[in-house]
Amino acid sequence: MFFTSEEFISEFGFALSTAFWMIFGIAAIFAIYLAFSALFAFIYGLYAKGKEAKGYGSLKTVTFGDESAVTANRVASVLGVLTIFFLWGLATESRLLPFSLPGPFTGDAQFEYTAKNAAGETDKATVTFRVSKQGQEVEKLEEPATSEGFAKDDVLMMKERRSKILKAQNNDDGGKEEGYTITEINGQPIEADSVVKIDGGEILFTKRGSFSIRPAEGMTMEALFLPPPEKVWSTFVKLHLEGYQGVSLWENVFWSLSRVVIGFALGCLFGIPLGYAMGLTGWLRGWFDPIVEFMRPVPPLALIPLIIIWFGIGEQGKISLLFLAALWIMTIAARSGVSGVNISKVHAAYSLGASKKQILTRVIIPNSLPDIFTGARVAMGVCWGTVVAAELVAAEKGVGKMIIAASKFQLTDIVIVGIIIIGIIGFGIEVLMRVLEKRLIPWKGRG
Amino acid sequence: MSGLIIDDVSMTFELPDGGNVEALKNINLNIKEGELISVLGPSGCGKTTLLNICAGFLAQTGGQLTLNGDLVTGPSPERGMVFQKGALFEWMSVRQNVSFGPSMKKMPKKEMDEIVDHLLDVVGLQDFKEKAIYELSGGMQQRVALARCLANEPDVILMDEPLGALDALTREKMQGLVLKLWKETGKTIILITHSVEEALLLGERLIVMAPRPGRIHKEYNLPFAEMGVGADLREVKKHKKFGTTRDEILTMIWDMEEEIMGRAESAA
Repeated sequence: MFFTSEEFISEFGFALSTAFWMIFGIAAIFAIYLAFSALFAFIYGLYAKGKEAKGYGSLKTVTFGDESAVTANRVASVLGVLTIFFLWGLATESRLLPFSLPGPFTGDAQFEYTAKNAAGETDKATVTFRVSKQGQEVEKLEEPATSEGFAKDDVLMMKERRSKILKAQNNDDGGKEEGYTITEINGQPIEADSVVKIDGGEILFTKRGSFSIRPAEGMTMEALFLPPPEKVWSTFVKLHLEGYQGVSLWENVFWSLSRVVIGFALGCLFGIPLGYAMGLTGWLRGWFDPIVEFMRPVPPLALIPLIIIWFGIGEQGKISLLFLAALWIMTIAARSGVSGVNISKVHAAYSLGASKKQILTRVIIPNSLPDIFTGARVAMGVCWGTVVAAELVAAEKGVGKMIIAASKFQLTDIVIVGIIIIGIIGFGIEVLMRVLEKRLIPWKGRG
Repeated sequence: MSGLIIDDVSMTFELPDGGNVEALKNINLNIKEGELISVLGPSGCGKTTLLNICAGFLAQTGGQLTLNGDLVTGPSPERGMVFQKGALFEWMSVRQNVSFGPSMKKMPKKEMDEIVDHLLDVVGLQDFKEKAIYELSGGMQQRVALARCLANEPDVILMDEPLGALDALTREKMQGLVLKLWKETGKTIILITHSVEEALLLGERLIVMAPRPGRIHKEYNLPFAEMGVGADLREVKKHKKFGTTRDEILTMIWDMEEEIMGRAESAA
């Protein structure tokens, strides 16, 4: 039995313990963010104190628990977003901020080690190391003059955040002989496999007798993991001007969007009539019910492998996937739009002399529009999420393709630009649908 | 044979557990052209079922209905219906709602506009012609519903508690409007209501129905509808006979409700 095997128990136990420790990490992140929130709330409270609240809502004495009395404070929204950018800049040594968290160590530092040779004599030597920024050329340290004694001074060139091993024995006289050991760092006795703090970092003393010098990392994040905001912005500008891998940013956006629109349109073209058919005849409802109810909960992303096997990685596959993503949502929306028609309206139309066709076009279709629009909003959102995922798997062009290609070269800035653009477009789609809804079906919810 | 003739109509529903409910049993009613009939009864007495059968939305299980000699088998523009609420088409303007019936017949636009203008004048909504339905108050919406029904020139107007969802003051005004429309158009109107006062005011004939099985319990011929046309309905209500009839019917319905409750209690 797999579920009783030791392997399973240890793997699942690890997963559970990871989740447990994550509680503290997540709580810490929230705590920091909420601390800023509390600070700003306090300041805003002082500012707003003198000003009288206006409107009917301000006269309500019961606000805690009254949903209608709770409206989003837009000052808080702006400050919340700014705080994220502030923390982002703080953690990435952004040039936009006059200060930041302590960064990684750069510059020169040195330490002294004491070695003991095979003959039992001891001698001291100094190691000087120079840590430079990534991608920055600095002057090399001069080789030290040969000193007296068997231990010789060393110099080392390093990059920030990168450890380097120094094999002191290579340099020292008799360092390869049996019995040669390093006994002290800066006069502190050391043991094998231990860490000693020094100026500008720490030293890991390995079992084999070598130093691994690790310059201090500070509290900021490396650009590889999170580039500073200004870098993301300049990457955006560069993508806008030059594109990436020969494809311009807007071409990528265009391809992703056009796939969504085509797939969604196909989904509507078939889904809406299907939904009407299911809402209007018992036979067709029975006929399609099992398929629709089965396919609806299958996430479109789970279909990607099958779609690739069937259609390959070309456009047809992605459009088919988006079609399937939109189809069931639109079917169900149209079906519930038909079922939701107030029977009085249909009765009224019949007794006003409407034929079946007129009932369909003049009553059922307009009556189902609010439901169809709600479905369309959901479907567009799902399609947008699905297209990005599909492009991550296989595509020539598209925003998803851009970020997955960039991630392979660890171009985190492009990945972040891509994510931000995906978010903004997804939000734009939602806003657009809401505006259209207000324009086209003003009677929604007022029947 | 003119008028609506309800001949021995019965309606029996089969319940899922195998039992039967006699919603209507042997209803006989002869409604002459131009008559204003109100139907009253406690809930569950089958009055809405009867109206739905008249409209042709339900097929009776026994007996038959004829309108001017023709068998009633389904909905038809000869029998217009005014619902309590929610039956207007909110995706259309007031004008489009009122002209719905004529437009189904592909009536020329000019003729249609004349009808709409006239009817909106009658119900007092001329200024709201291009408004959306959801911009109107409940009382105005029912005025639109009345106009929409009249635009189709039905022989019989079936009203299913058309004023039931309105507040008391609006209701009073609308009762006056119904009487006015009845007198001006000369239509046959069957009105179902919960309100005893409304049934007395808006019925030349008042039918009291009783439940289980749904049947006609008592019939009154009343002068108040005729008196109320163009008059102050509050004055009509002060009439001595109005009070006594109202009390009599209230007691009658009260007893019916008591009986139902008693039966329910003894069953429990």
